[in-house]
Amino acid sequence: MTLPKWYEMPLAGTILEPGNTIKIKTGSWRTFKPIIDQEKCTRCRICWVYCPEGSILELEKPYVTSKGKKFNITYEINYDYCKGCGICATECPVKAITLVREEV
Amino acid sequence: METTILAKRRYALTGNYAAAYAAKAVDVDVVAIYPITPQTTIAEKLSEFVANGELDAELVHVESEHSAMSAAIGAAAVGARVFTATCSQGLELMHEMLFIASGLRLPIVMAVPARALSAPISIHSDYCDVVSARDSGWIVLIASNAQEVYDLIIQAFKIGEDKNVLLPVMVAYDGFLMSHTLEPVILEDDYEVRKFVPKEVNWITLNPEKPVTMGPLVGPDWYYEIKYQQVVAMRNALNVINKVGKDFDKKFGRRYGLLKTYRVEDAEYIIITYGAAWEFAMEAIDKARNDGVKIGGIGITSMRPFPEEEIVKILQDKKAFVTVDKALYFGISTSPVHMDILATLYKYDVRIPCINVVHGIGQRTMFVKDFVETIKMCVKVAEKGKPEKEIIYMGLRT
Repeated sequence: MTLPKWYEMPLAGTILEPGNTIKIKTGSWRTFKPIIDQEKCTRCRICWVYCPEGSILELEKPYVTSKGKKFNITYEINYDYCKGCGICATECPVKAITLVREEV
Repeated sequence: METTILAKRRYALTGNYAAAYAAKAVDVDVVAIYPITPQTTIAEKLSEFVANGELDAELVHVESEHSAMSAAIGAAAVGARVFTATCSQGLELMHEMLFIASGLRLPIVMAVPARALSAPISIHSDYCDVVSARDSGWIVLIASNAQEVYDLIIQAFKIGEDKNVLLPVMVAYDGFLMSHTLEPVILEDDYEVRKFVPKEVNWITLNPEKPVTMGPLVGPDWYYEIKYQQVVAMRNALNVINKVGKDFDKKFGRRYGLLKTYRVEDAEYIIITYGAAWEFAMEAIDKARNDGVKIGGIGITSMRPFPEEEIVKILQDKKAFVTVDKALYFGISTSPVHMDILATLYKYDVRIPCINVVHGIGQRTMFVKDFVETIKMCVKVAEKGKPEKEIIYMGLRT
């Protein structure tokens, strides 16, 4: 790939294409991987609110716990972008998220 | 087209009021300012203009100079015409943000009534604050009287906003000596000034309709090219400053450029200085000429970009020159502007005897006779035939 020359770039390095960070998959930065225990999760949405990278996915995917509690949504993690910062695990009020060391 | 020159009105103004009137004349949109001696009267006058409805601007009362520049950057980023002013410790406190303003290519204009740096505390003038800020990527213009303060601030907007430049500009002048001294100043008609500096937003702005990211993190593959763009912009500014100076002359009848000269045509010796000292130098030149010394002078208007070629053109066939600097360096035996001149001459292979004088530090009184004295030294160094190694700290008790 040839990179642009100085006169081919926008002034001051301004990014003219919004949201282009999606091209950079930051999941490889992770040391610890958060895993959501769908049995414990109460669908409170706190992890979704706190995640600084928007890597918590709120999916319209029904889930029934072993005790028979029905949920219409499921929270999952987008591991392409999750950097493993652990904020979700810290904030989860029911300790449904655990951090597990990444296997290489 | 035929133009009618109407009788112009002269007002008794301080350098600071001249700065405030210039900001009003160009119809600034935002003023983010924090008071510091001797800049305070600019903040006061602009507040008065806004309060009286004479200037339709958002006056942001910030809590520090760091915030003043931050607010100025934010306002310029959305396309506003922004003015601020500070000096000395205030300029040092906003130092970090100076690089953000120039790096983001935002044409903010700032007045700097130059003041000495602490410690010990001095509220009086010298150019150590300006020198400390001059490598921040800002264009640095220096005025020598209140009229120049007014004229250069108007030009600063036109220079900074030029699409081939897009850089912030500071207009510096001696604190107190110029900021608080009443001088006759011609104020041009605001309507004519606004026609001279029309509002054209030539830079990329923050706009929700067309989102962009300013000042992102860049890696080693990108940073160098972006900074080189700034190098080119500064080089372009050399021509733009001269062109705007000529256009200003056409419209208002006062000529400007990268530097000022006085009696250089047949001169054998040259005295170089800037700021209020330029007025002293011109008087000393006249006195020395009466004594038969063929001396001329260069008053530096643009400290950055530095007018290398123009200075070489004047100095190359002279017998000797003397620089009178109103700023200090520590740890090297030259002073800031003298060093720029030495570097320039070496590059252009010009070798002439010279002498380096420092004066006016912390507003130590400069007399015209001191400048006459430096001219005598310049003649002596020419006889000696090589540059003087030691700096002359003029006015110092020894």
